[in-house]
Amino acid sequence: MGKRKRRTSKEQGTTEDMAYFTQQLINAITLGAIYGLIAIGYTMVYGIIGMINFAHGEVFMIGAFISLIGFVICSMLGIGSAPVAILLVLLIAMAFSAVYGWAIERAAYRPLRGSFRLAPLISAIGVSIALQNYVQLVQGARPKPGGQIVSGGFNLFSLDGFDVRISWLQIIIVLVTIVLMAGFTWLIAKTPLGRRQRACEQDMKMASLLGVDVDRTISFTFVLGAALAAVAGMLFLMYYGVIDFFIGFLAGIKAFTAAVLGGIGSLPGAMLGGLLIGLIEVFWAAYFSSEYKDVAAFAVLVLVLIFRPSGLLGKPEIEKV
Amino acid sequence: MDPRLPRMLKDAALTVLVAAALGIFIVGFRTVDVGSRTGLSFDYHFVDLGVALIVIFFGRLGLSLAATGLRWPAIALGIAMIAAGASPMKLPSGFLHWFVTLGGVLLVIRAIWPWADQAIVAAARTPTGRVIDQIGTRWLGWLLLGLAIVMPFTPFADQKTMDLGVLILTYVMLGWGLNIVVGLAGLLDLGYVAFYAVGAYTYALLSTQHGLGFWVVLPLAGMLAASFGVLLGFPVLRLRGDYLAIVTLGFGEIIRLVILNWFDLTNGPAGIGSIPGPTLFGAVFAETAPPGKQTVSEMLGIPFHGIHRLIFLYYIILLLALITNIFTQRMRRLPVGRAWEALREDETACKALGINPTNTKLTAFAVGAMFAGFAGSYFAAKQRFISPESFTFIESAIILAIVVLGGMGSQIGVVLAAVLLIGLPEWFRDLGNYRMLAFGIAMVLIMVFRPRGLIGHREPSIRLHPVAPHPVKSGGSG
Repeated sequence: MGKRKRRTSKEQGTTEDMAYFTQQLINAITLGAIYGLIAIGYTMVYGIIGMINFAHGEVFMIGAFISLIGFVICSMLGIGSAPVAILLVLLIAMAFSAVYGWAIERAAYRPLRGSFRLAPLISAIGVSIALQNYVQLVQGARPKPGGQIVSGGFNLFSLDGFDVRISWLQIIIVLVTIVLMAGFTWLIAKTPLGRRQRACEQDMKMASLLGVDVDRTISFTFVLGAALAAVAGMLFLMYYGVIDFFIGFLAGIKAFTAAVLGGIGSLPGAMLGGLLIGLIEVFWAAYFSSEYKDVAAFAVLVLVLIFRPSGLLGKPEIEKV
Repeated sequence: MDPRLPRMLKDAALTVLVAAALGIFIVGFRTVDVGSRTGLSFDYHFVDLGVALIVIFFGRLGLSLAATGLRWPAIALGIAMIAAGASPMKLPSGFLHWFVTLGGVLLVIRAIWPWADQAIVAAARTPTGRVIDQIGTRWLGWLLLGLAIVMPFTPFADQKTMDLGVLILTYVMLGWGLNIVVGLAGLLDLGYVAFYAVGAYTYALLSTQHGLGFWVVLPLAGMLAASFGVLLGFPVLRLRGDYLAIVTLGFGEIIRLVILNWFDLTNGPAGIGSIPGPTLFGAVFAETAPPGKQTVSEMLGIPFHGIHRLIFLYYIILLLALITNIFTQRMRRLPVGRAWEALREDETACKALGINPTNTKLTAFAVGAMFAGFAGSYFAAKQRFISPESFTFIESAIILAIVVLGGMGSQIGVVLAAVLLIGLPEWFRDLGNYRMLAFGIAMVLIMVFRPRGLIGHREPSIRLHPVAPHPVKSGGSG
């Protein structure tokens, strides 16, 4: 995923190394923000019904496609101003991807509540395969160029002729992520919706006895997760400029790794995990080899699960009989 | 006018609304390259979407009708849909014809299902039904085996059928191998294809670079795959079910990425070609033998024919699959096999009884991996060319789907599921991408409607008391 500058020779001054490092850090945070947004969907769903929503990566992919279509419509309607177009597409992508999240839960997971443990996961794999092929059928298998919606940037500083650049796009990505995260944290912490969500997460049976509509709360969780994944999809489209029907698989697994790394079930953990995965991936590619950057991400997943299955910020799970 | 009708209509309308929201962008606007700098433009598909929504409306209405017991209107609606789909009426795409027809067929099936179910149950209670049921349970496996053995000698055995037979049997073997891990030990392994790849690359490398033959490498490949299983399993098997699933998935991807990127060893994405096929007592299957060897037709004194090689390959995989099956059946009676099944049912109880869960799971993992290794080296010998493309996640998912559809833990179920999932789609090759779409949807539907698979009823491996003379009603044996 080539948005990084190459080192020209091995003999470079420490200042230039510093500059290179800073540049990679900026790139890593941008990527990490995107992973973090997807990871929240995994972590929330796991927190509330204890299943790995394998199809979540596909919702991200669909979000990216809806954004792509939205941007083309915007340019056809002659909406020239980038902020307006971005805001418009953001809202459309969130709303319509949320319908996907809702429909998936309703059709493929809700009938399985009370079935054996692995049933929802197998069903989710089915949804994932179906959605991938659905998009491939209706949108074609070829990668779609998204064009450049926001271009330009500025030099942060220069060291020995090596420019450390931040693009406007990177700023937008980080800003959008921060704003959404803040809004989302507020939603979960302060609103009645969020209270119901937390109640169901703690004890679903008790919550339902106290008058919480559990089905609706679970749907709400899926809707929220899908909306955030759609935002991630839009940012991904803007950042890389190209999407295809298969992007959901890798991004989904990496985001899941992020959720596990941060401690599954923990919202700040998901964001932290996303950042760490972004860092690992970008720095691995920058300093070791870009071919094995995905291997590095998977290896992290395996290592975390072996040595710290409850993640960095998660609580250890105790199995009661 | 039924008083429930307005509610059903409202329900159908809501479904259409949701479907419209799902489809409006993704289906309605198809992005196409126009080649200019701005990049994309649209093909509009609103008519298709509209027709699909109408079908969804009536389909949903029909389902509600069937669910409330109004079967005749539902059947009428289904037949009307079939008629509309099959009629020469001009719909925007061929897919919509299928969509309408298939929707109608499903609706009719749903509507008459309660009757069919009753009839089957009633028929099974009659004396003849019982006899048939018993024969089915006890002899179905032998019957299938007999069919599989004589298949190459029947008149249908042309190139295409034999190829299909080999393919199905390969998946049967993989299914049986995975069944040990998923069905018996209850460990969800999403990276099974990694061991398959290990086996395939073991044979490909040892045969092309060191000149070792198939029969020498086969056990080596199995052992190597099993050691990979132990290597991976040792640290991760302490994890709970779904974590384990994701770690195995990650491991499968790691193996594939390493194969893809380790050019010196594996030749990367280009793959390894001209892998020698298996030999029969040193004789090769070819028109002319390489120096120092003889061809099978010379050895047996029969004229050369291309199909001989295929028949030979067919019997090898049949043999390998049978070994897998017999091995599994035998293992189930050993203490370790019983421990697998006990572990699947309740891990905590097993710990309390002194079973070491990690070691027990590890054996299941290693044995499953070993069979994948066998199958992999067979695959390499059969294809004569392998590349990382053959070992993607989707393969793992297909094998898992076979096990799940078959009814986890049921051996005969795996065979039926492999025929259904591999055989049917191969016949309908021209369906292309719709195959995988249907495949994914089928996985969901199976989980929703038959979570225990085709052969849902599993014979217990051991009974406390021998079976009573009049058989208990059962759907199939393990």
